[in-house]
Amino acid sequence: MTATLLVGLAVFGACAVEMVEALTIVLAAGLTRGWRSALEGSAVAVLVLAAVVAALGPTLIHLVPISVLRVVVGSLLLVLGLQWLRKAILRASGHKPKHDEDAIYQREVARLSGLPRPATGRDATGFVIAFKGVLLEGTEVVMIVLTLGLSSGRLEVAALGAAAAVLVVGVVGALVARQLSEVPENALKLGVGLMLVTFGTFWAGEGVGVSWPGADLFLLGLLALYAASTWVLVTYLGRQTFRPKAMA
Amino acid sequence: MTAGRLLSAFGRFWWEFIVGDTPELAVGVALVVVAAWGLAAASVPIGAALLPVALLLLLTASVWRGRRPR
Repeated sequence: MTATLLVGLAVFGACAVEMVEALTIVLAAGLTRGWRSALEGSAVAVLVLAAVVAALGPTLIHLVPISVLRVVVGSLLLVLGLQWLRKAILRASGHKPKHDEDAIYQREVARLSGLPRPATGRDATGFVIAFKGVLLEGTEVVMIVLTLGLSSGRLEVAALGAAAAVLVVGVVGALVARQLSEVPENALKLGVGLMLVTFGTFWAGEGVGVSWPGADLFLLGLLALYAASTWVLVTYLGRQTFRPKAMA
Repeated sequence: MTAGRLLSAFGRFWWEFIVGDTPELAVGVALVVVAAWGLAAASVPIGAALLPVALLLLLTASVWRGRRPR
């Protein structure tokens, strides 16, 4: 139950973060090049990503032993999770500028507005920009869906979490349109990073033969340990950034 | 696009995805997992503590490397 809930939450959060980034590109393409081509490009990319999950998921489960899968998947989750967590800690403590969706949106709009448009029919530029944006941002989501879903044996929960995030961010994005900077992206990234590192530790450990005290419940202990350490790092580095210089 | 260029692009994608600008994390995770496996195989009971502690040290070192100099 604990693991199922955490898997669903982790995939939902990861997918929401990547969806916000993809949505910025799709909105810029839609408003400058026309909604038809931008939405078609996005839809085709989502179909390609869903097909990859549907094709690779069951195949990997049947071909690769679960212990090997857990070591490989756990290690991948650890690398990915630590990368997300590192970036989120540096941003939260002021050591790295935050991801500015508004600035990215303005830059994309300016770039796309300058390109020539066809007089009639589908706009290939809008289609390709939206397709590439969704596909590239979605690849990371596919990795997370596959790794979390396969290791936990809950691929359907992971896929549902991703689909829910696509739906929620899509609807909210359509309503708030250009206010994507309001989304607490760094907080989401930090939360997802914590969960990826927690699952990565747990499954990589199980894969190499570590026996965790309390089985699945140990996930909560790991999550608490990583969350507390992250808080210490953000607080310490934050103070370091804003400490006034000593008088000469 | 030739098969060679496709393969090269595929390899580049995975390199960027796993290593990127934080090679210390990729190498560190590999070393920590192998060490935990070695300890578990030798029936040394510190495997459960080693993984989280080593990963926290790795994260702290990587964050420290990425901080803005004062």
